[in-house]
Amino acid sequence: MTDDSATTIDPAERLFRAVSPLQRLHHLLHRYPAISPAVVLVLAGLVLGAVNTRFFLPANLSLVIQQVAVVGGLAVGQTLIILTAGIDLSVGAIMIFSAIVMAASATTYGLPGPMALVVGLVVGTLAGGINGLLVTRLRLPPFIVTLGTLNIFTALTLLYSGGQSIQQGIPDILLWTGTDVTVGPFKLTTGVLLMVVMYAVATWVLRNTAWGRHLYAVGDDPEAARLAGIAVTRILLSAYLVAGFIFALTAWILIGRVGAASPNAAADANLDSITAVVIGGTSLFGGRGIVIGSLLGALIVGVFRNGLALAGVDVLYQTLVVGILVIVAVSIDQWIRRVRA
Amino acid sequence: MTADIDRRPIIEAHGLVKTFGRVVGLDGAEFELYPGEILAVIGDNGAGKSTLIKCLSGATTPDAGEIRVEGLPVAFRRPQDARAAGIETVYQSLAVVPALDIASNMYLGRELRRPGALGSVFRMLDHGLMRTKAKAQLQALGIGTLQSITQAVETLSGGQRQAVAVARAAAFGSKVIILDEPTAALGVRETGQVLKLIRDLRDRGMPVILISHNMPNVFEVADRIHIQRLGRRVAVISPATHTPSEAVAIMTGALDVELSGPVH
Repeated sequence: MTDDSATTIDPAERLFRAVSPLQRLHHLLHRYPAISPAVVLVLAGLVLGAVNTRFFLPANLSLVIQQVAVVGGLAVGQTLIILTAGIDLSVGAIMIFSAIVMAASATTYGLPGPMALVVGLVVGTLAGGINGLLVTRLRLPPFIVTLGTLNIFTALTLLYSGGQSIQQGIPDILLWTGTDVTVGPFKLTTGVLLMVVMYAVATWVLRNTAWGRHLYAVGDDPEAARLAGIAVTRILLSAYLVAGFIFALTAWILIGRVGAASPNAAADANLDSITAVVIGGTSLFGGRGIVIGSLLGALIVGVFRNGLALAGVDVLYQTLVVGILVIVAVSIDQWIRRVRA
Repeated sequence: MTADIDRRPIIEAHGLVKTFGRVVGLDGAEFELYPGEILAVIGDNGAGKSTLIKCLSGATTPDAGEIRVEGLPVAFRRPQDARAAGIETVYQSLAVVPALDIASNMYLGRELRRPGALGSVFRMLDHGLMRTKAKAQLQALGIGTLQSITQAVETLSGGQRQAVAVARAAAFGSKVIILDEPTAALGVRETGQVLKLIRDLRDRGMPVILISHNMPNVFEVADRIHIQRLGRRVAVISPATHTPSEAVAIMTGALDVELSGPVH
């Protein structure tokens, strides 16, 4: 019993002298959760490109990326919340509420553009904070909390705007995210670049700060996190606040993309953001996943919709394919989670 | 090792009381841990051993009674308070976060930051330093053959996970380590590894409190055995002077104790 510690505590070696190729793949996917969505994205591109060569035209790819910007932005915040083993059904409602507040602050109340932007960002952050307070103080399930606030923010938006879009008099700074930017052969917008920056910052923070590590710990095993000295409720609340801020930033992208603040825009954004996160390999059970996967997930949905449309497939079949993708992604997640040395 | 009574205890508790509604968890419990010993705490379900340990580790606060660390009274409100006083606790199944890697787990809640502005302004973690130190700490405990410190803890076996949790406690617990049922979920061979680890800790001068249901394990490693019954300490015995069946008899009340410690 004295000498076997040297031979048994050696999982890394066990991994290398492993076992079947399937088990090796299993470990690889477990370690790098972005691999499976990346493979799906490449395969989808190759197949859809083979069906219709127009798919690979820079103009078409640029269109896909621009279409993905809003859901992609929301998915950053959604990923943070799902990593804590929560879920946010109100992301789109918070975004549209923030967008209306931003635009109305300038057009109705005459605030200068930058001030209107700041007011919108603060309102979005506070809206996320309300979700966070309900989850942490009242200890309600995030699903129920955000189902409620989804309706509340949607109703507030409609009451406040009277159901009307705000198109006239939106200050330039709010429309700035719609500015064209040419990157190589691609025609993107500053809104797309803002989304990319959001992913870069979120990736860095999750990997390189204690807050990021604690977010994973709280989502994976809140009791172990608490016993390790992590202030679990503070981490949870901060995740919802940061997510709210991200949804408001995405509202800015939305205004630039639509050229207006509309209470009826992006109606599917709530569920689309969850779809992107799940296809991107982040586990709904919390603690596992990677934020860049959600961008891949959003792109996969965008590529499928675009490619199938180019191939002349009915829009209903596009939705069908997205549904199948979600189920496949969650099945793969379940399989990956069962990893054991 | 029972002759250590003239030495000053590292941790002592007197007259601890803790009630949960009408349920009495602790009813005037006494406790002493001396330097350099492995003290096992045993007792039937509901005897108050978990509550006693939670009081010592700051997970709960007693209603009455006092706890002293090296002779000085302390009042733990949170686990962090006990940890700051040098008491580290390894909990049965909750010791580690499965999805995080070994180094992240060892430094969870006390991460090291980069020097300079990267650390102070951008709060950037020093992953390299944490990995190096974590590896050194595992090696110091004779479990340095773990090759990949960046491996997720969930890919380890139960014994290896427990080893990581114990190594974390040993790396930071300057005075005492409390192990709550460390072998409950383990197979025979892994149990042997963990028991060896416990003895190694003691031999390195770290006193250990071991809570266990497993009589053979307790009698294999403990220097003294604290027996808890009905919220009180009914006896402190030594594996040298008592048999496991006598310990069980005291634990269940079948044997009346006039041996040591306050009599019920």
